[in-house]
Order: sequence, then C-alpha cells, then structure tokens
Amino acid sequence: MTRGLIPEENLPMLTQEEILRYSRHLLIPEVGLKGQRKLKAGSVLIVGTGGLGSPASLYLAAAGVGRIGLVDYDVVDETNLQRQIVHGTSTVGVPKVESAKQRLLDLNPDITVETYNTILTSENAMEIVSKYDVIIDATDNFPTRYLLNDACVFLGKPLVYGAIFRFDGQAAVFYAEEGPCYRCLFPEPPPPHLVPTCAEGGVFGVLPGVIGAIQATEAIKLLLGIGETLVGRLLLYDALEMTFDLIKVPKNPKCKVCGPEPEITELIDYEAFCGVPAHDHLEGSAGAQWDITPKELAERLARGDKIRLIDVREPHELEIVRFPGAENIPLSQLPERLHELDSTEEIVLICHRGSRSARALDLLTAAGFRKVKNLRGGLQAWAEEVDPTMVVY
Amino acid sequence: MAVTVRIPGPLRRLTQGEGELQVEAQTVGEALAILRQRYPQLGQRLFDGEGQLKPFVNVYLDDEDIRFLQELDTPLTDGAVLTLVPAMSGGDEKVAKNGREGER
Repeated sequence: MTRGLIPEENLPMLTQEEILRYSRHLLIPEVGLKGQRKLKAGSVLIVGTGGLGSPASLYLAAAGVGRIGLVDYDVVDETNLQRQIVHGTSTVGVPKVESAKQRLLDLNPDITVETYNTILTSENAMEIVSKYDVIIDATDNFPTRYLLNDACVFLGKPLVYGAIFRFDGQAAVFYAEEGPCYRCLFPEPPPPHLVPTCAEGGVFGVLPGVIGAIQATEAIKLLLGIGETLVGRLLLYDALEMTFDLIKVPKNPKCKVCGPEPEITELIDYEAFCGVPAHDHLEGSAGAQWDITPKELAERLARGDKIRLIDVREPHELEIVRFPGAENIPLSQLPERLHELDSTEEIVLICHRGSRSARALDLLTAAGFRKVKNLRGGLQAWAEEVDPTMVVY
Repeated sequence: MAVTVRIPGPLRRLTQGEGELQVEAQTVGEALAILRQRYPQLGQRLFDGEGQLKPFVNVYLDDEDIRFLQELDTPLTDGAVLTLVPAMSGGDEKVAKNGREGER
C-alpha cells in the first residue's frame, strides 16, 4: 500500500455544511471523518484542462480536495465540448482554466482553485509542481509528459498518468519514491510524425471520462493512503472491446532519471528531446519559406498554374469535406508512397489545419523535394479566407 | 507454440484493422518476425534498422515486459498472450510550448 501523503496531525476541521456535503464519504470507513479532513488538507495539480482534466477536476472538486491547481493556456472552443465536460457552451472563448474554475467553484465553493493560464515549461514546472501533493498528467503531448515526469521525480511527487487515443486509454501512477517513473516504461518518445493527436486522430468522447475518473480515483487514494494504487502497474483500457488489462511496470535499473546512476539530474529541453522541430508547426505553418497562404494558392490556381495538390488527411475525413482537385495520400502512407510524387513538379500539401501537411513537408524535404509548399492553416484557413461555403470541422 | 498477439487500437491501422493475431512460434523474437513479415509497416514501427525493438513500443508476455525477461529470446508457452503497448500521447489540448499545439 502506498503510504498516505497527508500527515494526520493538525488536520483542518470540517464545518457543519461540509459534514453534510461529504456525508456519503464519512459513512465509508476507508474515508471517514479523518479521511475527509485529509482531503481538505490535500492539494492536486491537474496539468491540462481538456478531456482528461475535465472529469478529474470535477470529481476532485466534488470529493472536497481542498486545493486544486489547473494549468492550461488554451481557450474553450466548440470542438472541445464533445468530451471536455467541465466547460460549457457559455464559456466558449474563455480561457480553459477560468472556465473550469467557475464550474468547479459552483460545484464546491468550499475549495480553493488556483489557475495557471500559462505554458508549462522547464522554467516554471518545478515551482508550480512543488506546491502540490499529487500531480495529474492530463496533457496531450510528449514534451510535457516527460517534463512533468522528470519534475515529479526530482521533487518526489506522485504523478497520476493518463493517455487516450480514439478508443484506447492508459493509466498509471508513476512515483519514483515507491516504483517506476514514466521513463522506466518508455525511455524515449516516438518521433513526432508517428504521433497522431486528438485533433487529427479523433477521440471517442466518453473515453477520457473513464480514464480521467480513474486518475481522480488514484489521486484520492494517494491522498488518503488507502487501497492499492497503480504504482508499478499500467492499466490498458479498450472501449471498443470493453477490456481492462493490467500489466506490470518494473522500475528500470538503467532509467536515466530515476535509476541509481541517473544521467539526467535537472530539467532539459523537452522539445529537442522529443524531436519536435525547431520551426514548430504553430498555426499550421511549416515556416514562412515553406508556406503558401490560401489566398496565394487560390490566385495561382485561378491563373491556371500547374500545381499538384496532395491532401494528406485520412480517407474517412474526405467524407466530411474534399479539397477540389486534390489527390489523397494519407500522411501515414506517405513514406511508402513517395515514389508516386515527382520532385520536379510543384506540389502543395494540404490537411485539416496545416500541421500534418507541415509534417508531410518535412518528410518530402528530407527526401530531397524542394518545389513543395504547405497550405498554411489547411482547409480551415481556406474556408476562412477563400471559400466560406466549405464545411469546417 | 500457438500464441495470441494483441494489437491495441493505435497500431491496428498497421495490421489492416486486426486486433488479435494467432502465430506459431518458440520465442518472442520468432513471433515478432512472423508479424513483421505479415505486416511490414508494423515491423517498421517495432524494430529499428539494427533489428532492435524501438524504445517507444513495449512488448508484453502476459503481464510482463520482455525487456525484463529475456527480451527477444524469451521462450513462449502454448496459449501465451503477447501484447504490444505503444507510448500514447492523446489526452487533450495544448499545455506545452511547441508540443503538439500545431495540430489545431
């Protein structure tokens, strides 16, 4: 059993209102009055206020965790609402941490919600993480996962991990004091072109509800010191097959961060480590010299310039909307289908928002293509700037 | 030995949608070699140029990581289950600078 993180001395008292609110917890011997007071004394940092952070934060607020920290720098948009249940239609356009704070304080005004409307970086991570008892990894990307993992190892904090993709989820507790860390499981991240995210791979809306609720469960168990946590175990959930599997995750004696002879003793540059290109694909750009704007492309097509248009989205996305005149070579097949392209032709790569096509451009330029451009901002930008009748998704 | 190999959702597009495969093999390495032959794209995802398993896809024999057994030489028994476990990013939304925020 993982020892409880909250010392039993000097626990805060519960008010009459709190005793009523938490009465169903007080009736469970494993929680009881003392446990509820531990939750009130406890604090949890949730990094990411999206699909996983929504249910996790709601349940932790409802359970009476005294102090909840939220990190996110995004704002709520319509495509979030299919799964990010802490937000609502009325908070579209509002910073996510503010939107979530409003909802959590409405659910439970007795708790404190601290917001960090910021990017988590190697510069601020140690300071933010150090203020909380338990950390929940509800992020969507490898640089932040490794950053959080390393910060938690250095600070001796338990990290409750969750990850999702379409119908598949993973959850674990990485706690180097008692078991393995994330790097013991996966020493290195996959290269960026092999990593589809929710925005391009999609996610089954209920899936993060299941995994995020499991993360909240583990965070509460860690605060209370009850039960068997997922330290040293990885939970694999398949929503389509409806299977839950547990596999063992041993501490890796050669782990570069939590092993006996660590190579990494302070936070590093996680973007470089994860191979995220220096010219990040922000706003669907491959870098100015490799981009073509929707307006430029429209003008050149109208002039009759000979340009081969390659849509790198997946085939089922073409059912939603097609780009007129474009051929389809999904990014996932591009490495095997490079021979179908001719480096002497002028090529424009297209995708939903311009970032998969930017990655496709990286593949092509690495293969020696030079007359290739990325449609900046993808179909989304085309719909905004050229063809307002185009379906957006 | 007849063993089952379980392919999780994120890797199924490399196996033409198959989630469970049956193979006859004596060791983990043999079983993976058969998969590699049948699904070259999956092979590329699992192995580097030197035939070593890549560090971001783990192979489990029942509930144990083969890195902590005898790696590719780990012997198989009849009815054993191999599970591939990929590193997943997922989750949601952008909280890290330059992470995958460009996916929007």
